[in-house]
Amino acid sequence: MKTPVQFKHNGSDVAVFVDGGASLLTALRDGVGDTSPKFGCGQGTCGVCTVLIDGEVHLSCITLAETVAGRAVETADGLKSGASLHPIQTAFMENFAAQCGFCTPGMMMAAKALLDRNPAPTRADVVDAISGNICRCTGYEPIINAVLAAAGNRQRA
Amino acid sequence: MPITVKTFATLSEAASALQADRTTRFLAGGTLVMRAINEGDVSFSTVVRATDRAFGEIRPAGARITLGAGVTMAQVMGHGELTFLHPVARAVGGPAIRNMATVGGNLFAPSPYGDFTVALLALDATLAMQGGYSGRETPLEEFLASRERNTSLVASVTFNRPSPDAFRFRKVSRVKPKGISVLSIAAHLPINGGRIAGARVAYGAMASTPMRAKSVERALEGRALDESGIAAAAAAEGTSPPTDALASAWYRREMVAVHLRRLLTGTP
Repeated sequence: MKTPVQFKHNGSDVAVFVDGGASLLTALRDGVGDTSPKFGCGQGTCGVCTVLIDGEVHLSCITLAETVAGRAVETADGLKSGASLHPIQTAFMENFAAQCGFCTPGMMMAAKALLDRNPAPTRADVVDAISGNICRCTGYEPIINAVLAAAGNRQRA
Repeated sequence: MPITVKTFATLSEAASALQADRTTRFLAGGTLVMRAINEGDVSFSTVVRATDRAFGEIRPAGARITLGAGVTMAQVMGHGELTFLHPVARAVGGPAIRNMATVGGNLFAPSPYGDFTVALLALDATLAMQGGYSGRETPLEEFLASRERNTSLVASVTFNRPSPDAFRFRKVSRVKPKGISVLSIAAHLPINGGRIAGARVAYGAMASTPMRAKSVERALEGRALDESGIAAAAAAEGTSPPTDALASAWYRREMVAVHLRRLLTGTP
């Protein structure tokens, strides 16, 4: 039996039908057509499916889709504004913080959750914020540097 | 296989649905049940949820503190009256997991997970169960002994607020800041007239469920928290740690004494 779920996706109202027990990640990728959150481990261990729900960082692969009814979901696809990149995206590009790119959307959403609350994080704050996100090729240093740079750019802006 | 999801407004309705059918699992934060669904676990076909407000409430009442079983690790970390539990909640997963994982779910987390439960065991927590013996307060230790057979819904967890500095917690993991436990230790050591009175020490990842280190408690009881008192504690007695990808049983048994000593002496 399909269940209807309505929620805000990157600021727009969306409605999708999901199978019983379907994850938010499935609803986003197969229902909404937003493939920016990835399927990695399916266990809540790797962080590539990271999204924000009502501004708080969550793992969409282990979130039951119907629990986001009426709530606001943000994904990496919503970071850009028209042709302009978000400061986090720019910082990731300028600091070579994406190699294969698979962890990148999750990393950026974890970074956004941090910077929305703490615009001037320390290095330790950044390490903690991305501690639930695994990267197997870029290495964490460029990513940490990118998040710190994004914070710096935001403060100057 | 599609799962049937049943959502109830009250815990009692959810508990009834949970008990009516053996192929039903209760979903709180999703970190265990959604993971099982993703892995293709066919041992259950129905998921029960509750939207009861009390399920997610922190209720400090003087010396007694009650946490709804649906309270998340992030809620614990954000509560000013639970500062002694902040390092414990902080030791669970990364930021996203802490926004999702609940106090109640942690009670069911298989070894080597369940670090929050280790702390609750040292705090001598009791559980309010919904269904079965309705309203009955179950000691956490009793619950853990029959956890696999449990069909009741855990509504909340209650414990006494520890006196300042009496509660200690240590998690040993290879990866920081987020790593799975090699082992974890929680201790509640109230001092009365310079002597430990009512020692409670609990281990995580030292058996199939969090366990009390009763030989350590006996060794510490009535002694001063000094070198001779600490030396008397046979840390590994009664443990049956697992061998897994993180550590062998031998390593855990060898290491628990080292980390117990560090916890008791306040060594980082």
